Amino acid sequence: MNTINSSQIPAGKNNEPPVIKSGLQGEYSIHNNKLIEIEKLTRTYLLGEVEVHALRGVSIEVSKGEFVAIMGASGSGKSTFMNILGCLDKPTKGNYILDNIEVGKLTRDELALIRNKKIGFVFQGFNLLSRTTALENVELPLFYSTVSNKERKEKSVEALKKVGLEERIYHYPNQLSGGQQQRVAIARALVNNPSIVLADEPTGNLDSRTSVEVMEIFQKLNDQGITIILVTHEPDIASFAKRHIVFRDGRIKSDKINVNPRNASEVIKTIPSIDEEDEA
Amino acid sequence: MKILNIILAAFRALQRNKMRSFLTMLGIIIGVGAVITMLAIGQGAEYSVKQQIASLGTNVLIIFPGSQQQGGIRVGAGSMTTLTEEDAQAIRTDCPAVAYVSPGTFAGGQVIAGNLNWATLIQGVGVDYTQIRDWDVQYGSFFTDQDVKGATKVCVLGKTVADNLFPDSDPVGQNIRIRNVPFKVAGVLTKKGQNAMGQDQDDIILAPYTTVQRRLSHFPYLRQILVSATSSKSIETAQKQITDLLRMRHKIARYEGDDFTIRNQSDLANAATATSQILTILLASIASVSLLVGGIGIMNIMLVSVTERTREIGIRMSVGARGRDILTQFLIEALVLSLLGGIIGIILGAAGSKVISSFAKWPTFITAFSILLSFGFSILVGLFFGFYPARKAALLNPIDALRYE
Ligand SMILES: Nc1ncnc2c1ncn2[C@@H]1O[C@H](COP(=O)(O)OP(=O)(O)O)[C@@H](O)[C@H]1O
Ligand SMILES: [Mg+2]
Repeated sequence: MNTINSSQIPAGKNNEPPVIKSGLQGEYSIHNNKLIEIEKLTRTYLLGEVEVHALRGVSIEVSKGEFVAIMGASGSGKSTFMNILGCLDKPTKGNYILDNIEVGKLTRDELALIRNKKIGFVFQGFNLLSRTTALENVELPLFYSTVSNKERKEKSVEALKKVGLEERIYHYPNQLSGGQQQRVAIARALVNNPSIVLADEPTGNLDSRTSVEVMEIFQKLNDQGITIILVTHEPDIASFAKRHIVFRDGRIKSDKINVNPRNASEVIKTIPSIDEEDEA
Repeated sequence: MKILNIILAAFRALQRNKMRSFLTMLGIIIGVGAVITMLAIGQGAEYSVKQQIASLGTNVLIIFPGSQQQGGIRVGAGSMTTLTEEDAQAIRTDCPAVAYVSPGTFAGGQVIAGNLNWATLIQGVGVDYTQIRDWDVQYGSFFTDQDVKGATKVCVLGKTVADNLFPDSDPVGQNIRIRNVPFKVAGVLTKKGQNAMGQDQDDIILAPYTTVQRRLSHFPYLRQILVSATSSKSIETAQKQITDLLRMRHKIARYEGDDFTIRNQSDLANAATATSQILTILLASIASVSLLVGGIGIMNIMLVSVTERTREIGIRMSVGARGRDILTQFLIEALVLSLLGGIIGIILGAAGSKVISSFAKWPTFITAFSILLSFGFSILVGLFFGFYPARKAALLNPIDALRYE
């Protein structure tokens, strides 16, 4: 059985072809800048007798270093799509190649390894472990990889620094604001140096200023070469991304380059801080 | 995930629900405690029985009148008239594997000394009795062959009888009346103590069997013949010789069964040990039922825990936990519960046995075997009852677990 190890995961540098051929991919080309290639993806849920077609044939390519915003009405299949991208769910039909690995052929354990090494997932509801400190939440992915206890802590503290939470590492989720909790979740997504960060409505539960702050973090990560795909139904938030994909009824309705993405760091300056919760 | 980290995480998870964890462990604590205590009591009983058998004397054979053939029990043994003084005499002279022979009979009766009286068992025996039972006099002397031949009215007192009839004076040389027959006290036996059943072995009077036959029981036959073989190796030979001799003397045809029964010490020991082992097994089995119930308690709580923590499982899986990581996590939680419960149970069981021991005056033994058994049992219980819930958790689909409300 083929396995992945971290050396096979390309460093987060933009537009650099992967040096090492992944052991899992088999026939696929090495010199490929595509991070994600998806062909005719469908996902049908069975609700008793009724079939719900959440995805009806989605084809898409995403290159390394992109910042994609996925939009669309509620129920258009965005979350279903993201869950499949994140290897949390399996498509009913279609091909999904992530970083030259054909995901459909992987076992449960191999999928877990992909989630651990290549993907950082950020959820709308944060999904932090309660009664567990920010630090321990961020450490969680490293518990499931072969990292020494010391290295685990160092990496986690570093990830928390990146999201500006170095002062809060021993706080519990219920001692943190929504924005701070989402930043912990982002730190957790980052800690294992993923090739891609997937965020399903990460600002859905946040106020507008905090939302922009979260977008600022994503933009910085993207500048460092990390590919980001995020779902949002707010055009304001989408305007920070470099590419806009709109879903409708389980299909892609439009797929456009955002020629002039806004810069979150600058936008923040124009928003007066109403409450001081994140500065507190 | 390293095993030490998992164990630490398990402890923390259990700490979060202290009361629940404790109650879950309580089942195992009680189960293991009960098993340990019951084994301790059972093994104490076994020990007592062995002690008692040993106190019968060495290489002892007992011949009873009556056969064992009828339904396996000796029928009307007490009134059987097949064993005689002459039989005993013949065994002594004709069986080379036999070292000592003591004909036996008995009578119950009221004993009076001065203004004190005491009811006890009067055993009629021969002079060899002291050799066979390895039981000698402490003061005075035992009666002699002469006394047996002449049916002299002498006796030897057990320590308890002596203490009760002669609290302040030396009984040796004094006169007592047994069922109104006057006897002279020749000596007092050494103290033998209680047997396993709590009977006082020193509550006895020994007299020549001839005297007991003629003066007390008025029953001219023997109730038993006590024999000791020349060595432990010759017990079977002795038994064979006695059987052949008695069958010849009693003119028993080839196809007929014996009209007497010979029991040797190892028969008695085996029977008694078997009984007490059955007792031990019975006690321990009853106790294991509570261990089983404790295990079901663990399974129940682990199932609840898996359901409650479905989202946690989803989160862990979403960051890369494999099924086996989740399995290990929950299995170790179950194991920590059962092992911790087991250890506390062993300690409580040991303490409980000591308490029972001191209150009931019954010896108890905590052996390495019973500790290992309980320990192994608790590991098994944890693994067995923890596995199903842990597997259930491990097989969850990441997205279903994450969406679980
Ligand atoms: N677990 C599920 N079982 C059945 N139907 C589902 C499930 N998850 C989503 N759906 C259906 O699939 C469609 C797409 O859902 P979703 O991907 O969550 O949309 P979005 O995130 O764009 O709002 C919806 O009609 C929804 O009802
Ligand atoms: Mg959604």
